[in-house]
Amino acid sequence: MAGMIIYGLINSATFTLMTIGFSLTFGISGVANFAHGAFYVTGAYVAWQLINSIGIAYPLAAGISIIVTGLLGAALYWLVLYRVRGLILSEVIATFGVGVGLMEVFRSIGLSGHSYKLPKFLEGSLEVLGVYVDFQRLIILGVGAALVLFLWLFSHRTKIGLAFRGIAQDEFTALSFGIESDMTAMVSLGLGSAFAALAAITVMPLSLIQVEEGGNVLILALAVGIVGGMESIAGIIVASLIFGFAQIVVATYFNPHYSMIVLLVTIMLVLIIKPSGLFGKFKELEERV
Amino acid sequence: MAIPIQIDKGAAKYRKERLDRGIKARSDTIYALSSYREAFYLLLPRAVTIIGLLILPLVLDEYWTKVIVLTCVVGILALSWDFIASAGMFSLGQTLFFGVGAYFAGIMNHYWGLPPILSIPLATLFGAAFCTVLILPVLRLRGIYFAMVTFVLPQILVRIIAMSGAFGGVEGLSALSPMPSFWVATYLAILALFVCLFGFRKLINTDYGVVLKGIKGNDQAVMSGGINIYWYKAQAIFIGGSAGAFAGAFMTHFYRFVGLPAFSMDYTILPIAATVVGGTGMFAGAMFGSFILVPLTELLRAIGSWRVVLYSFLMVIFIVALPEGIFHYLQRKYHQIERWVTTES
Amino acid sequence: MSGNTILKVEHLSKSFGGIQAVFDMSFEVNKGEFLGLIGPNGSGKSTLVNLITGFVRPDEGRVYYEGKDITRKKPFTIANLGIARTFQMAKAFPDLSAFKNLIIPLYSPRVRKFRGGKYGDRDDVAIDLLEEVGFERDSAVPFKIASGLPHGYLKRLELARCMALRPDVMILDELFSGMSLAEVASTLPVIEKMKEQGTTLLMIEHRLKELFRVVNRVMVLNYGQKIADGLPSEVMGSDAVKKAYLGSEE
Repeated sequence: MAGMIIYGLINSATFTLMTIGFSLTFGISGVANFAHGAFYVTGAYVAWQLINSIGIAYPLAAGISIIVTGLLGAALYWLVLYRVRGLILSEVIATFGVGVGLMEVFRSIGLSGHSYKLPKFLEGSLEVLGVYVDFQRLIILGVGAALVLFLWLFSHRTKIGLAFRGIAQDEFTALSFGIESDMTAMVSLGLGSAFAALAAITVMPLSLIQVEEGGNVLILALAVGIVGGMESIAGIIVASLIFGFAQIVVATYFNPHYSMIVLLVTIMLVLIIKPSGLFGKFKELEERV
Repeated sequence: MAIPIQIDKGAAKYRKERLDRGIKARSDTIYALSSYREAFYLLLPRAVTIIGLLILPLVLDEYWTKVIVLTCVVGILALSWDFIASAGMFSLGQTLFFGVGAYFAGIMNHYWGLPPILSIPLATLFGAAFCTVLILPVLRLRGIYFAMVTFVLPQILVRIIAMSGAFGGVEGLSALSPMPSFWVATYLAILALFVCLFGFRKLINTDYGVVLKGIKGNDQAVMSGGINIYWYKAQAIFIGGSAGAFAGAFMTHFYRFVGLPAFSMDYTILPIAATVVGGTGMFAGAMFGSFILVPLTELLRAIGSWRVVLYSFLMVIFIVALPEGIFHYLQRKYHQIERWVTTES
Repeated sequence: MSGNTILKVEHLSKSFGGIQAVFDMSFEVNKGEFLGLIGPNGSGKSTLVNLITGFVRPDEGRVYYEGKDITRKKPFTIANLGIARTFQMAKAFPDLSAFKNLIIPLYSPRVRKFRGGKYGDRDDVAIDLLEEVGFERDSAVPFKIASGLPHGYLKRLELARCMALRPDVMILDELFSGMSLAEVASTLPVIEKMKEQGTTLLMIEHRLKELFRVVNRVMVLNYGQKIADGLPSEVMGSDAVKKAYLGSEE
């Protein structure tokens, strides 16, 4: 029982880490970054390259990778999205195309095999409430919690954070207050991508770096965002908890295969009952006047 | 229509002007019916396409005829995407419709023994209905949710099938009934493509189509005009989705197999890339783009998965730099001339 | 509710975030009345229209049309019952030509029922309607793409879209804003004709001179609340109204 709770929490923290970047970008600037999964893989891959090809120490490589991926995200906005801002079709296709293209590039250079592995921060494990948990997983939990706390404080307490939330409410009003919407969008994309890289570096040491994970992360980000409500940190956490624990419970008591069905059913239920997500504000068409 | 581009050449200023060609202006009026030359001008592009496509399978070898069939299938998917987009909904891939149609046909054939002549139409209808129902909840939300859900749903369905082993699981269903003959299959694909192309075009030009276009342009104004936009959006999805489901059902019997590849990325990206490159909103552009990209894909088979990189980046470049697409550009050239004119100043 | 009341609003309230846009609003409109709705910017006029026509859900309160509760009905249901509205930001259907813009309301169940299934050619009806609101019939203007139309034409197109629905109640949200004096002068008769035919009219306006010529009753809003309701002369003489528009000296 204790094991289930702990692993459920860790699972949820993993999901939160993976998905918070996407929701952040979408919540601030309204851009759904379909390249989120690709940036996740990029974060891991860049770190791997730095460690193995150039021999940089792991912490430094991790830090550089996060920054580089963040810059890539900002570049995506500056080079591509800037020109098509506001046209839904173009934004979607642009991020989607870049995402797919990037992942296929990784696939084509042969990013698979046992040599592609990120080292863990700390080897070994710890006993918690009678359950052995390895340090890496505890770190995931810690990083996830810290990130959420940081974001909450940032958006509710600091001036810049409040400005971001102002943009999220209504871009036109924000513009009239002199907050630059383009710069904010670029920053939001950079941050979202950086968080994706952070997630990759924290989570991927548990197994191998695989390009397919990018696709899985994107799907998860969409699912968590739809269920929790895109702009809400609380929503992301709750949705992550639901999916995280559902996966553990289903795997323990039923068949692991059913966890995907749970995902689908949860999404459909939320869409039917409260379409904007558990914590989302109304985004129905009629309310946009 | 004059589009001013001004440059200074010495003292006089020039601007570029675009005018409809004389023959285009004449053929827009009743004059077209009374003159062979104008009628020919209008019919030529269409005739060339239709006759050309009908002749090609007789001329090419089997391998390339299969490419033609694949091109028609992608073309149908592209048209399906374009039609739904005409009502203002941008799907991230017709994979959902394609995969569902493919599996419905495969299931009907494998478990119930229905022959293709039944399984394909039934899969088309019920597949489209199934997808429409799945998408219904999202119709009330902002457009981006439509993209998200059309992307996420097929991915989840794939994983459910893979993990649960249902409907053949990872191996898929094989040894399904074939099409009556290769020629029947080929010309069925071509015929279906033409039905979609001319059918969608005709439909979008009726008053019904104007309503759909209205939903795209300003859904609130449509609502204030007394029209239930959700009902019409659902219809648009059903109609476009039928084309997609048909494509899937067709392929199931063409390859005599249905499996996880039915939900593959190719069926997502290629149709959108084709439409974006060819030109959205005009259906002919979608077809045109398919006829460029799919043969290109075949030719580039040697470079493996770099192809996907190529056409996804092509897609991005076109949507940003040349959103009107190639077809629109060519159409403009066909119908209009450009010349430099002095500006009065 | 008297037998002549066509629209009744009861204790309507709506807030967005922390801002109270409309607060405890109640009033009745009689059939055939021409009600003007005025007030400073941000006083909640447009929100009120959105609440009545179903585009925004109220926090509290009810809206009744011809005795029926329409409070939570969808905008298209309300339109089909007979309430038509224009939008302050008139963008119409930007990619369609002007006369095609009207096809959409002509396609609605309400109009179809009215014409008993025989609609004739909607295109013809559309061109006729455009001529009524001032689009010159034999020119290229009705065929121009809406996004290329000058502002005054766009506004009149909005009016035509409303009229195409054959409404019993027409709500015009700042129709005259941005129109030239000549355009206003040529549009007023069209609106007056609708009134003569028995249509109930609600008009939000800032151009008070033109408005007062045609309305028989005025309601004034400020900070989401009704501060005056009566004949134009009474209302404009009230202190509360003057304070709202001009501010007080405290």
